[in-house]
Amino acid sequence: MNAPATRFVSRTVVLPQRNIDTDQIIPARFLTTTERAGLGRHAFADWRLREDGSPDPQFPFNRPENAGASILVAGRNFGCGSSREHAPWALVDLGLRAVISAEIADIFRSNAQKNGLLPIVLDEAIVDELIARPGIELAIDIAAATVSMPDGRCFAFPLDAFARTCLIEGVDALGYLLRQEAAITAFESSHPRHFEESVHAS
Amino acid sequence: MSPKTLFEKLWDAHQVVAETEATPAILYIDLHLVHEVTSPQAFAELDARGLAVRQPGRTKATLDHSTPTLAAGADGRLPWSSGEAEHQVATLRRNTRRHGIELFDFDSGRRGIVHVVGPELGFTQPGMTIVCGDSHTATHGAFGALAFGIGSSEVAHVLATQCLLQRKPKSLAITVSGQLAPGVSAKDLILHVIGTIGVNGGTGHVIEYRGSAIEALSMEERMTVCNMSIEAGARAGLIAPDETTFAWLAAAPRAPKGAAFDATVARWQAFRSDEGARFDREVHIDAAQIRPSVTWGTHPGQVAPIDARIPSGGGADADKARAYMGWHEGEPVAGRPVDVVFVGSCTNGRLSDLREVARILAGRRVHPRVRMLVVPGSDPVKRDAEAEGIDRIVREAGAEWREAGCSMCIAMNGDMVAPGQLAVSTSNRNFEGRQGKGARTVLASPATAAACAVAGMITDPRAFLSTEAA
Repeated sequence: MNAPATRFVSRTVVLPQRNIDTDQIIPARFLTTTERAGLGRHAFADWRLREDGSPDPQFPFNRPENAGASILVAGRNFGCGSSREHAPWALVDLGLRAVISAEIADIFRSNAQKNGLLPIVLDEAIVDELIARPGIELAIDIAAATVSMPDGRCFAFPLDAFARTCLIEGVDALGYLLRQEAAITAFESSHPRHFEESVHAS
Repeated sequence: MSPKTLFEKLWDAHQVVAETEATPAILYIDLHLVHEVTSPQAFAELDARGLAVRQPGRTKATLDHSTPTLAAGADGRLPWSSGEAEHQVATLRRNTRRHGIELFDFDSGRRGIVHVVGPELGFTQPGMTIVCGDSHTATHGAFGALAFGIGSSEVAHVLATQCLLQRKPKSLAITVSGQLAPGVSAKDLILHVIGTIGVNGGTGHVIEYRGSAIEALSMEERMTVCNMSIEAGARAGLIAPDETTFAWLAAAPRAPKGAAFDATVARWQAFRSDEGARFDREVHIDAAQIRPSVTWGTHPGQVAPIDARIPSGGGADADKARAYMGWHEGEPVAGRPVDVVFVGSCTNGRLSDLREVARILAGRRVHPRVRMLVVPGSDPVKRDAEAEGIDRIVREAGAEWREAGCSMCIAMNGDMVAPGQLAVSTSNRNFEGRQGKGARTVLASPATAAACAVAGMITDPRAFLSTEAA
C-alpha cells in the first residue's frame, strides 16, 4: 500500500440511513470471487441499480455532481454485519477514502483501516449536520486527525496511533507482525501444549 | 491480585506483547478456522510475499458458504450455482493442500458450516483464542473461548504469524436470571437480548452471558446465544465453561482423551469470572419476561414478541424497515402469510434444532403455500438426524431435506428467496436482500419456523406445543 497524502479535500456523498450493513455495501451473491480488485461495480448494488439493471439516477453515487467525491457520510452504526473485507475493497474501488458516521461497526472499522479507508467517528450532532448538507466540501487531515468545514470549524476524531502510523507512513501491519518473530517464538515455547497434543493428531 | 473477568483471563493468557498507546497488543491465536469465501485473497497475500503458514496444524478448513445443498447428480457432478463458486472451492482445496492444512471436504464425512464443525470435532475448547474470517465466529464463545470474526487481511496475518494486532475491547456482562418459560427457546432469548440492547448495543465490547437461565442451557443452545453476539455489534460472546461444556468435549472426537482430558479439565475450570470481577457495563434480564420472539424489521435489533403488534414510530429507519417488509404500524405480527421457511445455519442448524422442528412437523403437513428447506449444519448432524428418522418426518411433511451448508442464510449458493417473498428463517440476519434480492426475512426459533410452515402464516409455536401436551 502506498502512503497516502496526509491531507485531502473532497465533497461528501450522503447516505443518511442508520445501520447500513455489509450486505448493503456488497451483497453476498458477489462474494464467490477469489479476487479483491474491481468490486466497486457491485458496491450498493441493490440500492444503486433499478429492477431492470439500469442505474437509479436518484441514488447518490449515481448523481453526476457526486462524481469523484471521496468522503461518504452515513447514518449511525455504518458497516454492521458480516466480516467481509469485500465491503471496504468495494468502497475503495468506488473511489472513497473516508467514511464519516456517528458510530462505525468494529470489524468494518478494522478492515477499512487496513485498506487505506479512513473510518471517522464524529458526534451525532455534527454528523446530522453533514447529513443535512450533502455535497459540502470537507478537508480531512490524517496527521492531525481533524475534519474541517468550509466555515472554518474543525472537529477532531479518534484515530488509533498505530492506525495513523500505518496510514501516514505506509507501515504494513503484516510486516510489523513478521518482525515480532522472536517474541512469538518465545510465547509459543511457554504456551500450554494440550492443543497440539490432541487436536493435531488426526 | 484483583478479581478478573473470564474475558481478561483469556486476553492475558494470549498476550504475546501487551498493548501500548502507540501499538496494539499482539494476541496469539490458538485455532484458526478457514472457509472458501474469505480466504483466497489471504492465501494470495502470502504468495505475493513468499510467506509460509506458520502453524498449519492450528488452522482447520471446511467448505460451507458457496457449496450446493443438493446432492451430486447421476454424473457425479455437484450442482454448482456458478463456475465461480466451484472455482472458489477448488482454490481452497489447492491452498490447503499446498500449505498442509487439514480440510474437511465432501469426502470427509465431517464437512459442514465452520461454526458447527469446530465444536462438533472438539477443536473448539475452553480457554482458547479462536478466529475465522466470518463474523459468526462468536459462536465458539459458548465454550469459554475468546472467538471473533476477522477480515481477510487478518486471515493472512494469522496464517503467516499465528498472531493478530488487537486493541483490548471493553467487557459487558449480560445476566439472565430466572428460568425460561415453557415454549421459549435460546433463540428467543438472544433475539430478546438484541432487541433490548440494540443492534449496536455491544459495539466495542465482549459480552459474557451469565445467570441461571444461561447456566441451564445445553451447549447447542449456548452456541445459538453466542452466535448472535455480533448482531448486537459485539466483538465476541462468552459463556464460562462448566460440567455441560466438559460433557460435550468428553464425547468430541478431537478433544483430549483419557488422563490428558482430566488434566485439561482442571485447567479449563479456571476460565470463569472471579467473584467480584468488574465489567465495564452490566445488563440484567429476567428470563421469565421473554416470550417467543421474531424480528419484524431489517436488522436483528428490530424484535417483537410473536403475540405482539408491529411497533409504531421509531423514525425514518423504522418507517423504511416497515415499508421494505410490507408491515403497517400496529398490525399483529401473527397471521402474516409466509412464502418460505428456512431451517438451518450456524445459529440453528444443529441436531437439537432439527429435533425441535421434527417434533412439530411429525404427523402434520407444510402448508401448500410454503416452500420449506431443512438444511443440516454438518454431515454428522445430517447422519445423526437421519438415524433418528428426522429426514423422513421432514420429507413426509412436504419439506426439502438438503445437504449441509450455509444455504439460504447467506444465499450465495443458489438457495434463495424470491423478490418480495416473506421467509421465516432460523438464521441470524434479516438485512435487506440477505436471503436474495428483495427478499423479506423474519428471524425466528426452529419451533416458530416449523409452526409457521404448517400454519402458512406467522404463528405462535406454543399453540403446537400445547396440542402435543393434550
